Amino acid sequence: MLSLSEEIPLVEPTGADGAFSLLWLVIALPLAGAAILLIGGALFPQALKVWGHVLGTLLPIGSFVISLVLFVQLMGREEGDRQVVQHLYDFIQVGDLDVGMDLLYDPLTSLFLLLITGVGSLIHVYSIGYMEHDERRPRFFGYLNLFVAAMLLLVMSENYLGLFIGWEGVGLASYLLIGFWQHKHSAAAAAKKAFVINRVGDMGLSTAIMLAFVTFGSTSFTVISASAGAAEQHVMTAFGLLLLLGACGKSAQVPLQAWLLDAMEGPTPVSALIHAATMVTAGVYLIVRSNFIFELTDTAQTVVVIVATVTLLWGAIIGCAKDDIKKALAGSTMSQIGYMMLGAGLGTAGYAFAIFHLLTHGFFKANMFLGAGSVMHGMNDDVDMRHYGALRKMLPVTFFTFAIGYLAIIGVPPFSGFWSKDKIIETALVENPVVGICALLGAGITGFYMTRLMLMTFFTKERWEKGVHPHESPKLMTIPLMVLAALSALGGFLLAGDWIVGWLEPVVGHAEHHEPPLPVIVITLITIGVVAIGVAAAFVLVGQREVPREAPQDVSFATRAARADLYGDAINDGLVVGPSRQLTSGLVTFDRSVVDGLFSGGATVVAGVGILLRRVQNGFVRSYAVSILAGVLLVVLALLAVNLA
Amino acid sequence: MEFDKPVLAYAELWPMLVVFGVAVAGVLVEAFLAREHRFRAQVALTLLGLVVALGGSIYVASELDTLRGGDSDEVVARGTITAGGTLVVDGPTVALWIMTLVFAIGGLLLFAERRLEGGLSAFAGQAAALPGTEAEREASTKGLDHTEVYPLAMFAVGGMLLFPAANDLLTMFVALEVLSLPLYLLCGLARRRRLLSQEAALKYFMLGAFSSGFFLYGVALIYGFAGTMNLAGINEAVRNDSSNQALLLIGMGMLAVGLLFKVGAVPFQSWTPDVYQGAPTAVTGFMAACTKVAAFGALLRLFYVAFGADRWSWQPMLWIVAILTMVVGAIVACTQTDVKRLLAYSSIAHTGFLLTGVLGVQAATSLGENEITSLQAVLFYLATYGPATIGAFAIVTVVRDAGGEATSFEKWTGLGKRAPLVAGVFGFFLLSMAGIPLTGGFMGKWAVFTVALSAGAWPVVLVAILSSIISVFFYVRLILLLFFRGEMPEEKEMAAADAEDAGGGVATATRTELATVTTPSLATTGVIAVTAALTLLLGVMPGPVLDLLADAGQFIR
Repeated sequence: MLSLSEEIPLVEPTGADGAFSLLWLVIALPLAGAAILLIGGALFPQALKVWGHVLGTLLPIGSFVISLVLFVQLMGREEGDRQVVQHLYDFIQVGDLDVGMDLLYDPLTSLFLLLITGVGSLIHVYSIGYMEHDERRPRFFGYLNLFVAAMLLLVMSENYLGLFIGWEGVGLASYLLIGFWQHKHSAAAAAKKAFVINRVGDMGLSTAIMLAFVTFGSTSFTVISASAGAAEQHVMTAFGLLLLLGACGKSAQVPLQAWLLDAMEGPTPVSALIHAATMVTAGVYLIVRSNFIFELTDTAQTVVVIVATVTLLWGAIIGCAKDDIKKALAGSTMSQIGYMMLGAGLGTAGYAFAIFHLLTHGFFKANMFLGAGSVMHGMNDDVDMRHYGALRKMLPVTFFTFAIGYLAIIGVPPFSGFWSKDKIIETALVENPVVGICALLGAGITGFYMTRLMLMTFFTKERWEKGVHPHESPKLMTIPLMVLAALSALGGFLLAGDWIVGWLEPVVGHAEHHEPPLPVIVITLITIGVVAIGVAAAFVLVGQREVPREAPQDVSFATRAARADLYGDAINDGLVVGPSRQLTSGLVTFDRSVVDGLFSGGATVVAGVGILLRRVQNGFVRSYAVSILAGVLLVVLALLAVNLA
Repeated sequence: MEFDKPVLAYAELWPMLVVFGVAVAGVLVEAFLAREHRFRAQVALTLLGLVVALGGSIYVASELDTLRGGDSDEVVARGTITAGGTLVVDGPTVALWIMTLVFAIGGLLLFAERRLEGGLSAFAGQAAALPGTEAEREASTKGLDHTEVYPLAMFAVGGMLLFPAANDLLTMFVALEVLSLPLYLLCGLARRRRLLSQEAALKYFMLGAFSSGFFLYGVALIYGFAGTMNLAGINEAVRNDSSNQALLLIGMGMLAVGLLFKVGAVPFQSWTPDVYQGAPTAVTGFMAACTKVAAFGALLRLFYVAFGADRWSWQPMLWIVAILTMVVGAIVACTQTDVKRLLAYSSIAHTGFLLTGVLGVQAATSLGENEITSLQAVLFYLATYGPATIGAFAIVTVVRDAGGEATSFEKWTGLGKRAPLVAGVFGFFLLSMAGIPLTGGFMGKWAVFTVALSAGAWPVVLVAILSSIISVFFYVRLILLLFFRGEMPEEKEMAAADAEDAGGGVATATRTELATVTTPSLATTGVIAVTAALTLLLGVMPGPVLDLLADAGQFIR
């Protein structure tokens, strides 16, 4: 264990000077945008209608420019000197206890900053076109800016408490955006579901923070990474598992996965930004950032791997059966995050590849979601792929960019997804053959469902609704698509000469090189072969047949299960919601009959005090008093039992 | 026997005496001033008294004597024991005074609201007139007003200041009664829905008297055990005397019952929903915030100072009570369809969270250097709970329909459309109560959970975390109702079920009408704005307040 802990790099940043003193501005710009757009909405609504979206787009772009400058600065530094911290103000300072609002900037953060502000800005540009006819567009941009600010705080904070504030901030923004179209009842229900399920994960994270506090007397990464080696094993395991619970909620990993599919009720740019490219990957960030914890607890790492493997298959299977284009993509997101989690769970060997896949996924999934939005834009907001078909001629730009994203996600060389997924599968095979084979299988299923989606949308015969005239989207929407497509195609360059591995080494540590059981090239060929089988299967099952406009009902059990999200909701209902309903109704019956009594009727009965007195004496105060008496017995017996037993 | 004349430390006690003095002066105003001037005079007098007392408390806090530890020069506590050992003014006392007074000012400003009812206050025109009689109508048409509420509230505030300062069981009992009796009366003075209000008052009174009886019995038993009423003396006896354990334990239990009743812990919570709903909303806000502060202050002092040496015997009991309180509060709240009742159950759940902090007490030596003490955590929680509660009830007073305040969920549907600002602020208070970061509530919860965890009470913390997840559910449900136009089917069902329970009648007749926000006077607006700002500030920059509470130090014996 000791030899291991020596390899874990410590977080020991230096103070921020020079260009790094601009660090705070990266968060401040979008935060200011959110404040102006949300609060200003009440003060000068007319002005905001005109330039609100411009402001809301320029500010994240400003953040992107600063991030780029900082990134270049960081590249120019010595490798050992690439951690910078900026102290903003004391959040809590009592005696020796000190939690600062501190920002940490290191190679890991730098990549996230570029992803969030870069992809975020593109999505802002796209939204200008997408939300053009929405009356509440300034507010939409305000929420988006709020989200970007919170997400930046999440990845920039130097301690768990600040991270948690960002964590809750993105949750809140996501909740507001899922439910943005308030008139849709399904949107409101989805927003609520996302919020409540996320709270379960959040409680895991907040308990972890309390545990950190109790164990280390601090929540700072610097302090914890320095003293983690000295803590007891079971504490570290508990810590790791609690962090994982938090990550599961935010990243839609089994068993807290049920909210992500419903979250697709939000406007499509939101799905692209929050539920594909950035927020849902926060769990992966959390685990990679906490590498100094996970490296010390094998148990927690194993659980991460198990959760990841289950999820990557779970999401892929769901993706196979969905007819709603966004939900199919959401299933795919779940599955791809499973790959990232898998990479993160594999430890030092996998962290860099997890982040690499996170970045490439950010490019190609944002690309495809925005592409899906563009398709919906042309199809009168219909999301059912059974009503699509043969759209490649009508939406040439969308088709072309989407196709690049498709090639990237299924892992065709030389597109970005190939490089990143292949590395994770390879590392998994080295560490554990069973997990590796599951990951390989997942790649095959990915090939199947993505090909199915492609075929049903852009090929096969047209099955459009009457009166639908598919048309290409305006330039404002297609230009971001092109940029993202370029990134999806070329993202693999990050791996050139193992650049990203070397870049992240100061954060995640140097991995011993293990020889895989088979030569690397063989693994790669097998992966491509498995993907090809999946693609071929889709061609045979979807491409060669007539796609019915109504989903057929006489299908196998497996399809039915996948359509029902593998009964994720039913499991939740059975295990959690049902019993709690029972408990609640039991308590309510008690409350109604014993506590409430006729009280609620009291207001309606206009009667004299005499009646009132009679009723009071007749029952309910007496029953309250009985409950107090029972309480007295409880208290006294508890005291006596503990002490005299 | 030699008789020592007790010395009163006026320099420390004067803020409390000001409050009692103003209360007495208020009675004189009632007797001698013409009716039409009374309202202004009373409001001015009361607010002046509270502000002076608040300023005084802050001054006293800065001037407290320091007590140094035995061998080191470190300051261990600050304060002084006075009035023949019956009163103690130390750091925590003054911190509680300041909180009580700040919340009382907020509550009293709500009392003074007259714009909502078209120039009348929310209190009955003539409390003695039977509801629905000629006398009542006459009082109402004449525009009569009960300005006695101000001196009554001041007496209650005085009792609340005395309660946590009591260093002796009898003084504590007297304070308990002084704070309770005016509250019973205030609860029964609602202008609208008078039957509900009177019934609430009567219930509160009877159950309060019942629990006071237990408290008094506990005082007697503890006297029998220790031979003294003085908390420090009891502490000595607990340390040194192991005979008569049963007497001690039963006495301790009885005292606990009296205090747990006041804070509304399960199974002594049954009065809370009825009283919170029936009382005039301004009184509910005042009572919910201030009583909790005062009662938790007394609870902490009693258990830490008098029984601190024997905490192994009472901690398990508090574990059970805390767990029950959180679970029942959170779960039953999920089924409420009335905003005031929802807030009542939420306040029960908060009591459970506060108790989680109370049972997180440890010996000073076993605390790490960096840790906050349980006392500090509980005080901080109270500081975050108060503003959110008063603010939320203040908003309840302005959401109205033709029949006065509209508190059923149905009428609040879509309020976010009609009054986005008010609904937004209300949502913010709810988020704070739910403990979402960047609100005060988050920091408060975090503090109490941390101290309990560090004292090894992880089962309680686990339940606390589960119940806070449940509580998020009902807060968010209400927020959804405010902001999403379409009615939730489940809400509809439950409202329908509720209407059936209520016997149809009135409930169905008013179903279609939605509540709107009536513009209140500056007093209520100010209270809402300040409490919202405080809630935000405590969430974003809790440092200064936590620091002040750390400076307050420990209880002195």
